[in-house]
Amino acid sequence: MALPVLVYIIIFHYVPMVGLVIAFKDYVMSDGVFGSAWVGWANFARLFGSNDFPVAIRNTLTISLLRLTFGFFAPVVLALLLNEVRQLGYKRSIQTLTYLPHFFSWVILGGIFLMIFGSGGPINGVVKLLGAKPVNFLSDDVWFITILVVTGIWQGAGWGAIIYLASLSGISPQLYEAATIDGANRWRQTLHITIPCLVPTMITLFILSLGGILTAGFDQIYNLYNPMVYDVADIVDTYVLRRMMGLDLSLATAAGMFKGVVGLVLVVGSNVAARKLSKGEQGVW
Amino acid sequence: MKLSRGEKLFGATNVVVLGAVALLCLYPFVYTLSISLSTAAEANRDGFHFFPRDISLVSYRMVLTNPNIVTGYMNTLLRTVLGTSLTLAATCIAAYPLSRREMPHRAMLTFLVVFTMLFSGGMVPAYLLVKNLGMINTVWALTVPGMITAFNVIIVKNFFQSLPESLVESARLDGAGEWTILFRLYLPLSKPVLATVALWTAVGHWNAWFDALLYITDDRKQVLQTFLQRIVIESSTQMMELGITDTSIVQFTSETIKAATIIVTILPIICVYPFVQKYFVKGIMLGGVKG
Repeated sequence: MALPVLVYIIIFHYVPMVGLVIAFKDYVMSDGVFGSAWVGWANFARLFGSNDFPVAIRNTLTISLLRLTFGFFAPVVLALLLNEVRQLGYKRSIQTLTYLPHFFSWVILGGIFLMIFGSGGPINGVVKLLGAKPVNFLSDDVWFITILVVTGIWQGAGWGAIIYLASLSGISPQLYEAATIDGANRWRQTLHITIPCLVPTMITLFILSLGGILTAGFDQIYNLYNPMVYDVADIVDTYVLRRMMGLDLSLATAAGMFKGVVGLVLVVGSNVAARKLSKGEQGVW
Repeated sequence: MKLSRGEKLFGATNVVVLGAVALLCLYPFVYTLSISLSTAAEANRDGFHFFPRDISLVSYRMVLTNPNIVTGYMNTLLRTVLGTSLTLAATCIAAYPLSRREMPHRAMLTFLVVFTMLFSGGMVPAYLLVKNLGMINTVWALTVPGMITAFNVIIVKNFFQSLPESLVESARLDGAGEWTILFRLYLPLSKPVLATVALWTAVGHWNAWFDALLYITDDRKQVLQTFLQRIVIESSTQMMELGITDTSIVQFTSETIKAATIIVTILPIICVYPFVQKYFVKGIMLGGVKG
């Protein structure tokens, strides 16, 4: 039974890894992957010597770090607030609505936000109401990045809260009872029981998001950006896609490989660090 | 439990704040629905557009009679049904041996699966593989490469391992082979986790667009999301995409057509969402289990 699965996994997951050799070749389609000439690290030299790849890396890191800074705690806060709601029906309805955006692709969400932030949209309606001139939110560098971060949180926070709510329901009620007897009010209980109990989950999710630091949300950016904001919104993945469409396959592969290797090193490294710091108790595996 | 005044005040504020958050999550969809039902003049009016004041179904008529949208719908339906079936079958077949303790080299095989979560060949080698296998412009390009994912395999494997070992032992005594154990014993007991995987995969296929962008160049094979993308994002060419050449009907603003296309695309998900969301939530809990 394991054999067909093994064959599938090797073909569709490991053969592409072997295909990474074209990052070290001057790939010519007619010569094939193995017939093309070796060029050593030349593609990487070309990549880092170019103007736009270092910019793409800088943009990717900027967007990822902004997302981590403003977005990492959003699901935690949402879960803590939901946890305090006593009316169960209300809590469930709120939850259902907050993870609704998670179920739609960025083609759909991008289409909606292009309308909402567009010149005729409701946001500019408010701007006009305040007597100001309409703002081109989507072609202004700073506004564009702000929109990326905010709509990213809008889409992900509700879904992200689920895992924290699961951790919250796993906390022993005895801890709260003991704290109540000791005279701790709900705020103190949250500070000294609830939040410490969430830390292991937070560390796990933080490690996983570090691995994606060079990812920065391709689907969202591709469906929202336009040439006016390329200088701040062009990320590694959009760079790879454009090089690929431009048929510079070796360069595109080298860029993709750089991203993959950095991601792998970061996940493995941060997991090792988390285990060391917690003396083997925490980490993803 | 007796609440202090501060706690009561917090409780009330919390209910209001969360209500506002939920409305904020819903509003973009309400806005889109409202615009899609508006006349051109109504859609151009400044405001929040909670409800259309002047209703028109013209944009829906235009979207639903657009041959590209109809083709896209059929192709998306095909990839969703085929892709979900393939994923379910393959995931079970992959998870079963990994869940059995007597499986030789189990740790190494598990590592091979898990490693695919951490590293992949990336866009270009994946494209070349699909191309060399002759899958370009077929539904196989959209269903086979993502058929088995490490995440699905791990959650199904974990579920299988939670089933009592004595069941397998007694089935063996009755002469059951591995396939019988998987199909007659494990699968009927695993409905919740299989429903979760199926629903996740189905929504994933309905929403998928990037693989179609890379692998499908023939418009007759193209999926709904790609057509939506062209209408919504490549707005300069939208009138051409919709096949509108008669300038007398261009008075309908593109906004209402965009909105109607979006609503037509998300309608199937909205319809099943209230019924299936508990499975999704269950799935994330299963996935959150370590190991």
